[in-house]
Amino acid sequence: MTRDEVILAIKDIITTIAPDEELDGLNPAERLRDQIELDSMDFLDIVMELRKRYGVQVPEEDYKELASLDSCAEYLGPKMADIELKVGA
Amino acid sequence: MSQSDGPFDAIVIGAGMSGLAAGIRLAMYDRRVLILERHYLWGGLNSFYKRRGRLHDVGLHALTNFAPKGRRGVPLTKLLRQLRLRHADLALGEQSFSEIAFPTERLRFSNEFELLMSEIERAFPGQVDGFRALTAEVMGYDSFSPPDPAQLARPVLERHLSEPLLVEMLMLPMCYYGSAIPGDIAWYQFAILFKSFFDEGFARPAGGIRPLLDLLVKRYRELGGELRMKTGVAEILEEGGRAVGVRTDSGEELRAGQVYSSAGYAPTLGLCGRGDEVEPDDRGRLSFNETVIVTDRPPLEYPGQADAPGAGAAIVFFNDSDTFHYRPPTEDGPPRTWPIDTRSGVICSPNHYAAADPLTEGVMRFTALSDPSFWDAFDDEAAYAAAKRASSEALLDSAARFAPDPRPFEVDRDAFTPRTITHFTGHPLGAVYGAPNKRLDGRTPVEELFLIGTDQGLLGVVGAMLSGISMANRHGLMSQASS
Repeated sequence: MTRDEVILAIKDIITTIAPDEELDGLNPAERLRDQIELDSMDFLDIVMELRKRYGVQVPEEDYKELASLDSCAEYLGPKMADIELKVGA
Repeated sequence: MSQSDGPFDAIVIGAGMSGLAAGIRLAMYDRRVLILERHYLWGGLNSFYKRRGRLHDVGLHALTNFAPKGRRGVPLTKLLRQLRLRHADLALGEQSFSEIAFPTERLRFSNEFELLMSEIERAFPGQVDGFRALTAEVMGYDSFSPPDPAQLARPVLERHLSEPLLVEMLMLPMCYYGSAIPGDIAWYQFAILFKSFFDEGFARPAGGIRPLLDLLVKRYRELGGELRMKTGVAEILEEGGRAVGVRTDSGEELRAGQVYSSAGYAPTLGLCGRGDEVEPDDRGRLSFNETVIVTDRPPLEYPGQADAPGAGAAIVFFNDSDTFHYRPPTEDGPPRTWPIDTRSGVICSPNHYAAADPLTEGVMRFTALSDPSFWDAFDDEAAYAAAKRASSEALLDSAARFAPDPRPFEVDRDAFTPRTITHFTGHPLGAVYGAPNKRLDGRTPVEELFLIGTDQGLLGVVGAMLSGISMANRHGLMSQASS
């Protein structure tokens, strides 16, 4: 998965969790929380979906690495380099 | 048909709102989950039943916490997200209005906060600033992880409001909809309920509770969860201080890594053979009698009663003096002839919610405090039925002072007592809101055994589901997310 595909994967997960949120205009550098309504329950679900769809583990102390789309790509990029993108799961 | 006998990742005791929601969350992330329900229907306190061809809800008065689609940061929105439900799936119809009715004053409220505010301005002009300050304190309070769960509400209200009548009027609906504590309610519970009533609001799912329950069961099964009905739990199996499964009433042993119990704290410890660890405040004593009257026409069409007090209200919370008594009837003053306290109560009607298919019949439901031990003591069914009938009449006589009287148009009646509540929920003494002691973190003295539902501390239809969700997240998903 490329960096852009990691971001797509995360956006697709957010669409599953929060179908009413508009994701098109998201600024990748800005915290997700400041742009759309995501609480700690939703971040847990992002982690759970990553594990379910891609087998990627995110330990609790690393949840903060998922704050923005850029930081997601940074953190998850190496872990997901050899994994295929699955959208619309 | 799956007939697996384990081992499961989790066994959930009770297919009520909290158990089904916990089951959905765990199954969503591939946990092998088994929900066991002693009754032959799901729903627990919020179940349903059919009598003489009519479908009745057991416990539903209103779904509190109503919020329009997309409203951010409120319990209903969180709940829908967590269970992957759409707002439209609930088919919620909003209330007309509701009232708090005392002999000298009535306060009306709706899903628009401004109505309550204008009512306070009209009835208690000197209390407006105090009420605003109270509202601000409620809205700013972190009621879902309260810093001081032992704080009671009454002292906080009295700090803001100098008019005792207004304090009593605000205590009445909150106690009736969620207090396990005689005479008061925990401040954080008051704050949750205040928001769920006045900032959010009341609604009713189209068709009552059954479609919502069926939706939850369907979602749970789609995710691979297993649900066994008519399977009570006789014992929670424990090895080295850790829950490892359950033994059913029929003697079957089922192993699981975790057990989630909605049976209440004291009964759950009882299932572990740890009944001696239960403290007095782990036992609830507040319960209710209810009477449901079906009439041949909707309440607003009762001749001569269209302008009666309370006509058209979704819910009327009434009290017949300036002081509200919230205690088990036997513990409040001299013994009474009646086992129920008819001085206060709740009157509600599902007719007074917006609905695509309005009900053609009228339904009015009446609730009052009741003494559980009185009803538990009967062994003669005819005498029990006669006492139930007499109590029902006394309650209707009292309520007729505050809302239309359905009796001239009655075509059917059903009444239940704390004994019935015990039958549906398994909670001793029919303690609708469980024990005064809540376990907000869900933990018990036994590892991997967690409480969900009433005794964990979140109440009402939405609260119970959030209880199951948050405990499953915390103990079932979060701790294991990285393992």
